[in-house]
Amino acid sequence: MGRYVVRFTALGYLLVILLAPLSMLFWRIWEEGLDQAWAAITDPDTIHAFKITLILCAIAVPLNTVFGIVCGLAIVRRRFPGKGLVNAFVDLPLALSPVVVGFSLYLLYGRTGWFGPWFTGHGVQVLFALPAMVLATIFVSVPFVAREVVPTLREIGDEQEQAAYTLGASSWQAFWRVTLPSIRWAVIYGVVVTTARCLGEYGAVAIVSGSISGKTETLTLRVQDYYENLDQAGAYGVALLLCVLAVAVLVVMTKLKPKEGTA
Amino acid sequence: MSIQVRHVSKRFGSFQALADVSLDVDSGALTALLGPSGSGKSTLLRIIAGLEHPDTGEVLLDGAEATGTPPQQRGVGFVFQHYAAFKHMTVRDNIAFGLKIRRRPRAEIRARVDELLELVQLQGFGHRYPAQLSGGQRQRMALARALAPEPKVLLLDEPFGALDARVRAELRVWLRRLHEETHTTTVFVTHDQEEAMEVADRVVVMNKGRIEQVDAPRTLYDSPANEFVMSFVGQASRFGDGWVRPHDLEIVDIPDETTREAQVERVLHLGFEVRCELVWEDGEPFSVQLTRDQAEQLEVEAGQIVHVRPTRTRAFA
Repeated sequence: MGRYVVRFTALGYLLVILLAPLSMLFWRIWEEGLDQAWAAITDPDTIHAFKITLILCAIAVPLNTVFGIVCGLAIVRRRFPGKGLVNAFVDLPLALSPVVVGFSLYLLYGRTGWFGPWFTGHGVQVLFALPAMVLATIFVSVPFVAREVVPTLREIGDEQEQAAYTLGASSWQAFWRVTLPSIRWAVIYGVVVTTARCLGEYGAVAIVSGSISGKTETLTLRVQDYYENLDQAGAYGVALLLCVLAVAVLVVMTKLKPKEGTA
Repeated sequence: MSIQVRHVSKRFGSFQALADVSLDVDSGALTALLGPSGSGKSTLLRIIAGLEHPDTGEVLLDGAEATGTPPQQRGVGFVFQHYAAFKHMTVRDNIAFGLKIRRRPRAEIRARVDELLELVQLQGFGHRYPAQLSGGQRQRMALARALAPEPKVLLLDEPFGALDARVRAELRVWLRRLHEETHTTTVFVTHDQEEAMEVADRVVVMNKGRIEQVDAPRTLYDSPANEFVMSFVGQASRFGDGWVRPHDLEIVDIPDETTREAQVERVLHLGFEVRCELVWEDGEPFSVQLTRDQAEQLEVEAGQIVHVRPTRTRAFA
């Protein structure tokens, strides 16, 4: 009996919280007609926004993957002063509202910020351009690879690396041949989660990008744009595109999940 | 390769793992580091391998100062208690690892791996992954992996500690034979005195970060340097101010001035011998080893009061 209560509660919760809003979205697209949604998707500004989103992912994901692995190794394998602080700071983006992140970047690179005048003096446009959007995206997606890698590194311990050393491997060789293959599933999973986070980022990017259609709009900003201009069908269309991307990420994620155990 | 350890000390936080330890291991010797857990034996082995750095003191390999030499350049093979198998590699790739790092030609690697697979009796297992092997097979693979680059010293950290009794006994004999064939200087760590006595030529008894005695197994047993070695190597119990071994006590029918009374608690029939567990009048437990004939003749059984006479006791200053 208790078993059914638990199941019913879990399923019901998911239905109401997750599935209902998404079903509504699909329902509306259907109602309004697919051609309108398609028009929004194929709009040059949407295609541009799609490109911007991909560019942000292409820069932020590899950078945060490398950083996440290095950071995970430092947290688990090394002893250094301020390690606890590093460990806590990695999680900061999880706790901090993206709006605050965006606002901080806005201040830092603004006309009176610490870095702003220097860049302006060298003719580099940071705010309301790609550089600030990249910085914001990197900021919010920092923790995910490190968070996946740290527990796996703890679990496998360092005996395999020590064995590699006694067999003549340098630390570099031990990393590439022993450590990285052992944590590969954690890294891949972290990459998938990071990608999902970059795709969906809205708040921080919204503030630093200025949301200029055809220039500094990402897909999420594009949805907001359509919505604000009362073009609901357009909003549905782009939202659908984001959903498709999310589903693709989810599929990759579930494909990888069962293999975690063998890592 | 000979090993010399000179006045090595090592602390982990407030724990003194090694306190001014010096040890000489001759080239080609088969040496056991024996002691209870926390005695510093593994730390000493890891310092010899270069996996741990001593706080003070030095390590000499073949007479040359090697304290700061990284493990990669020491020419040692190391075997871990929990195998430290490369889980994502096949048995072949595990064994070939050290050779690939050294960029040996492909054909040479293949030949050497085949040879080692045969040596550790894992022919036909080359393409399996460590997860598909039993504990004993995994440890044999780890041994083959350590032996592949032809190390000048083989170091084993509780190599059989995680295995069940039968496999352990097999591998002991096997290690002994391997050493007889290759004469590689070998040092292994164990907390099992029987294992140390059975396998090693020389046993280093350690306790609380210090070396208590270094001797051949027989000398260690017959002439222990102190109470710790007496009680840790082989069985021993207190008798008055001294110590006595179970086979140096006899149970007699008629009491005299050399006997003491004791009560039988249990009689254990262990195949070829019978062990009689008793307590002295003051409640101190001890045991006496009897042959099957003696036990039958004496008709000892639990609860009985008997007279016990020591034939040889040992006292320490």
